[in-house]
Amino acid sequence: MSRAMSETLLSRAAGETRSAIIEIPAAQGCLEIDDLSLRYGEQPALRGLSLRVPRHSVTAFIGPSGCGKSTLLRVLNRLHDLNDEVTQSGRVLLEGEDIHGPGVAVAQLRRRVGMVFQTPNPFPMSIYENVAFGLRLQAPLKKRRRDEIIEWALVSAALWDEVKDRLHDSAWTLSGGQQQRLVIARTLAVQPEVLLLDEPASALDPISSLKIEELIRNLKSRLSVILVTHNMQQAARVSDYTAFLEGGELVEYAATDDLFTNPRLTRTEDYITGRMS
Amino acid sequence: MDITSDTHSQHISRQFNQELEELKTHLMAMGGLVEQQIQEAVSALLDGDSRLAERVRDNDKAVNDMQLKIDDECTRVLARRQPAASDLRLVLAVIRATSDLERIGDEASKIARNALALIESSQNAKGMVEVRHISEHVRKMLRDALTAFARFDIELALEVVREDDSVDSEYASAMRSLMTFMMEDPRSISSVLSVMWILRALERIGDHADNLAEYVVYLVKGLDIRHVDPEKLDEAAIKRQD
Repeated sequence: MSRAMSETLLSRAAGETRSAIIEIPAAQGCLEIDDLSLRYGEQPALRGLSLRVPRHSVTAFIGPSGCGKSTLLRVLNRLHDLNDEVTQSGRVLLEGEDIHGPGVAVAQLRRRVGMVFQTPNPFPMSIYENVAFGLRLQAPLKKRRRDEIIEWALVSAALWDEVKDRLHDSAWTLSGGQQQRLVIARTLAVQPEVLLLDEPASALDPISSLKIEELIRNLKSRLSVILVTHNMQQAARVSDYTAFLEGGELVEYAATDDLFTNPRLTRTEDYITGRMS
Repeated sequence: MDITSDTHSQHISRQFNQELEELKTHLMAMGGLVEQQIQEAVSALLDGDSRLAERVRDNDKAVNDMQLKIDDECTRVLARRQPAASDLRLVLAVIRATSDLERIGDEASKIARNALALIESSQNAKGMVEVRHISEHVRKMLRDALTAFARFDIELALEVVREDDSVDSEYASAMRSLMTFMMEDPRSISSVLSVMWILRALERIGDHADNLAEYVVYLVKGLDIRHVDPEKLDEAAIKRQD
């Protein structure tokens, strides 16, 4: 898709800049990352990243290995909290509130910001109990209400039809792709506002991957999804916005349609087209 | 970002480089053939060479075959490589360009058919000066558009876009004078009509060359300037676009 010939687009100054970052209006943002830097010991992993993630959309983080995309995802869920090696500066705001603020409990943050990893990690218990797990940690619920939520979560994760007759079988009886959807259902059951997906389909066969991608597209009507992936075609297929990271820096952040047809920077172009840079 | 004619040969996959290079080479070969078709069709007309006109008419199949072959190669690249960014724009530009070149081929064979009719009627046709003039003009446009494609040359492409307007006005003025001929001498209507068809074909060739030039802007800058009024085209802004 080509860009329209609007005055604003054409009035850009010539010459290659270091970064090209789309400005998402504050009112549309659910997460705001503001000058975020992070070091593992002496090793810098993120260098002054600033971007706003829009609500009810899918945002993909892409970039070569070691570019900091998974590190960034982990910051959003405060997974570095217990790592003494990590030094961090800058702010992350969830709906305007600093996630590292004194009033924010990690457990509460992780309910609002759910995370799913590359390898499916169902707990060694039944399908039903896997999805109920997060709910049981919260306020007690009547069984009927809990059943409703579990059904809703499994339907949302596009797994219900495949497991409705065997909810009490072990989660290990499911295939890899089903296990990943179960983990997503488990995350959805506590009704998060943001869903972080770290290479959610890279351990799956192509058909299971497509099911996960379809699921991601359907989920965005009720939450915001951030997807880290090595698979550029996958980012192009499912995301609305794409951020390209390299060497811990945010190089380019744009609408996916623009980034994959006409990236602004050579560094982005070289990466997404598989060129030597 | 600006891309150059080298941009498509820097992939990690050398096979991919080669596939994209072949698309360009084959497009240029098709462009060369089409250019030759126009030149021969017009020569056949001006020299009254019916053999040459027949050859042009029959050669149209070769142009069509090249379009099918290049489209097939583009389909393969899309299916196997899922190209992005400037690679994607190259494939799309080539697909669009083959379709315009094929239409130019059709126009050349239309010129050849009308030339045959004129030669057979052995009438002294009017309007040959205009045919010669406009044909030289549109052939230059086509040559420049192809060169701009081969070199990723925006300046040259924009020049072609500008030229199309002057071809259009040359065409309009030629049509007016031929109309006058017809009114003055009704016996000439049939031959003048043939010449009008030929001029019409040449004018269309100019339009297709203009399209080709627009694809070059899309390819290099990612800007779609089709359907933009040439007078409103901000050329400085296009060149500045990074």
